[in-house]
Amino acid sequence: MNKNIKFIIIILFSLFVFFIFYKGLEKPNNYFPEKNLNKIETSLVFKNLNDQKEIILEELINNNSFSIINIWASWCLPCRDEHAYLLKLRNLNKIDIIGINYKDKKSNAIEFLSDLGNPYHEVLVDLDGTKSIELGAIGVPETYLINNKIVVKKYVGPLDDIKLKEIIEIIKYEKN
Amino acid sequence: MINQIGNYSLFIALFASIFLIFQSSNVIRNKSKNLDGKIFSVLSVQSLMVLISFFSLIYAFIVSDFSNETVYNNSHTTKPLFYKISGSWGNHEGSLLLWLLVLTIFLFIFFISSKKLLNKYRILTVLFQELIIIGFLLFILFTSNPFLHLFPIPKEGTGLNPILQDPALAIHPPILYLGYVGTSIIFSSALAALVCGMVNKIWAKHIKKWIVISWIFLTIGILLGSIWAYYELGWGGFWFWDPVENVSLMPWFCLTALFHTIIVLEKRNIYQSWTIILSIATFSLSMGGTFLVRSGILNSIHTFANDPSRGIFILCFLLVLVLLAIFIFFIFQKKLLKKLTKTFLVSKETAIMVNNWFMMFFLSVVLIGTIYPIFLEVINGSKISIGPPFYQKLIVPFLIPFLLFMAVGPKLKWIKDSLSKINFNQLMLFILSIAISFLLVKLYGISYLLILPLFALGFFLFFLTIKDFFSKKSTLSQKISHFGFSLFILSILFNATFAKEFSSNMKVGDERKFLNKIIKFENIKIIEKNNYKSLVANFKISDEKNIISLNPEVRIYNQPRTLTSEAAINSNIYSDNFLVFNVIKDDGYYNVRYQFKPLMMWIWFSIILISVGGILSYLKKNE
Repeated sequence: MNKNIKFIIIILFSLFVFFIFYKGLEKPNNYFPEKNLNKIETSLVFKNLNDQKEIILEELINNNSFSIINIWASWCLPCRDEHAYLLKLRNLNKIDIIGINYKDKKSNAIEFLSDLGNPYHEVLVDLDGTKSIELGAIGVPETYLINNKIVVKKYVGPLDDIKLKEIIEIIKYEKN
Repeated sequence: MINQIGNYSLFIALFASIFLIFQSSNVIRNKSKNLDGKIFSVLSVQSLMVLISFFSLIYAFIVSDFSNETVYNNSHTTKPLFYKISGSWGNHEGSLLLWLLVLTIFLFIFFISSKKLLNKYRILTVLFQELIIIGFLLFILFTSNPFLHLFPIPKEGTGLNPILQDPALAIHPPILYLGYVGTSIIFSSALAALVCGMVNKIWAKHIKKWIVISWIFLTIGILLGSIWAYYELGWGGFWFWDPVENVSLMPWFCLTALFHTIIVLEKRNIYQSWTIILSIATFSLSMGGTFLVRSGILNSIHTFANDPSRGIFILCFLLVLVLLAIFIFFIFQKKLLKKLTKTFLVSKETAIMVNNWFMMFFLSVVLIGTIYPIFLEVINGSKISIGPPFYQKLIVPFLIPFLLFMAVGPKLKWIKDSLSKINFNQLMLFILSIAISFLLVKLYGISYLLILPLFALGFFLFFLTIKDFFSKKSTLSQKISHFGFSLFILSILFNATFAKEFSSNMKVGDERKFLNKIIKFENIKIIEKNNYKSLVANFKISDEKNIISLNPEVRIYNQPRTLTSEAAINSNIYSDNFLVFNVIKDDGYYNVRYQFKPLMMWIWFSIILISVGGILSYLKKNE
């Protein structure tokens, strides 16, 4: 009798594990092992593009949801292509987009935004490019999807349809 | 043409499998028939067919036959020949074919090397093993066929992921697979032995060879993987508790436990159920690992292209095998000898049981850390990420009692012994070890509480295992393995405690001070290679005594377009100097990371020693 109970328990347990793994397969796999490399330096101080006020990056990043950091410049041609996608993201109104203006002239940057539209909730200035380096950037444009100070996804180069879709998927999935 | 040969030989192997399952179940029903010759010939045909299939894939890779989809996806004409060949198992489809190849060849070797044993047992092992083989054959043929045809034939392939183009990684998978697949033989034969009621000394003696050989391959396979991670991934570490690394560690813990338990079964004829359970668990963990890696349920550097249908197949297959094992275990458990052998608390048997408990504990920690996130996500949808601190906090403190038992355990005698014979020498060594670690902690001002007992016991084990070389009690293989392990623990402790890291953005000509060293960025040059472009930097690291020149590289591969960092590592017997740099675009700055890592060489060396112990133990039993 005792043996039968053991037997049934073990069988049920195996089936339970099977069921969990089976369910697990249906979910999208955005499991990211945590690595130090992915942590973002949030103690950096930036100036705002419009009023030159100093802001610590940490204040702009939402703690328990996603934010996007986009590094751009008016002189960068791919940034121009990418801009439409950022506006689409902005229109979804689900996520804060922080722009970092990289090695740019203030007048050009403002003109760029007024010509093409402003997708950013906040535009920060990185005149000599060093702060972007500390964020881990290697060029413009670059886009980071951030959650809890951790870079969930890093896009080097301009956004496109596929990348935009992926961002929306990740955000949607997390919200549920 | 070559595609068809590969494909059809797999189908022939499939028929051979069906035939063997049919025949072997026949033999078991009417015992009189002796089909040894028949089974032998079909087994050889099967191994040969899989071998042909495997070589046709390698051939397709060598001649860059892009009409083959696997070759197209994973190769490129400019790749060096060595990586063309290793590329054939550097992808999902090819690696499964390799796995299948090892499965059939191992079975073949098993069959011809077990002639002295009971016929029914051998044929049952063939039956169980063929069930595994047929599962893999179906999996390969219907979800991951490496011989799919492409038309029109592409002119050029898409290339092998450059970080996989590394000598250590070219041989890492085959070696690891030899270990994994070895556990399948242990599984089949444990079930067969259970059915035949021959879980006894004779079986233990026979299967021990397979346990040892799988253990050696698994150990070396894991070592190669770590070496690769250290040199290639450029994070400066060798173990990251990445899910896929854990997956190889879990069967290792199980197999190490089994390795020790089988000795007890061989010498004393006890722990029979436990041996069977361990055999089943080891293989289930190997297969479960395959599932976790191949299904894409976990994302990591090792995961190949994800395809849910593959995951479901492996999962169902795994369930069938595990259920089969559980059924057989419960039905035939009564056949196990129920004679009560008295075991005493202070004896070698108990010591080995204690070793097993620790192995099971470490295994549980790693198992939970790896799959708990999946469970949690399915049950309540929340995501967690389990990182190195979890494993370190749970494993490190338990190393203290583990080391103590490991120091004492091997000295005990079989059946009954007493602890009162602790002699003066041992006590002196113990005090000496405490004194050394106390000095270390004082001199370097280490504040972490556990370091003192860890170092003390590490040194104690180290001294004792050295002393053992002069005694005649234990076997040479055990002496070497245990000594290797003590060396391993000490080098890891030193490495973890005294490692230093420095990171900065530098441009050519810059100098930085770090500890008592000066790091100077001398120059950088561009070198064109066949399938990549390389930026080679030159750094000089100088302290009072000497100057080390390091040349880290950044490689820009053209097919597929990827950047990899090659760390520059200067190793000597005391320490490693590890330097890696990354490109920051356009403004002449490079991100430089320098690490000083003491006793790095000794970590690799000690693992090699541990394996050498295993190899000696294998050779000795073969005489």
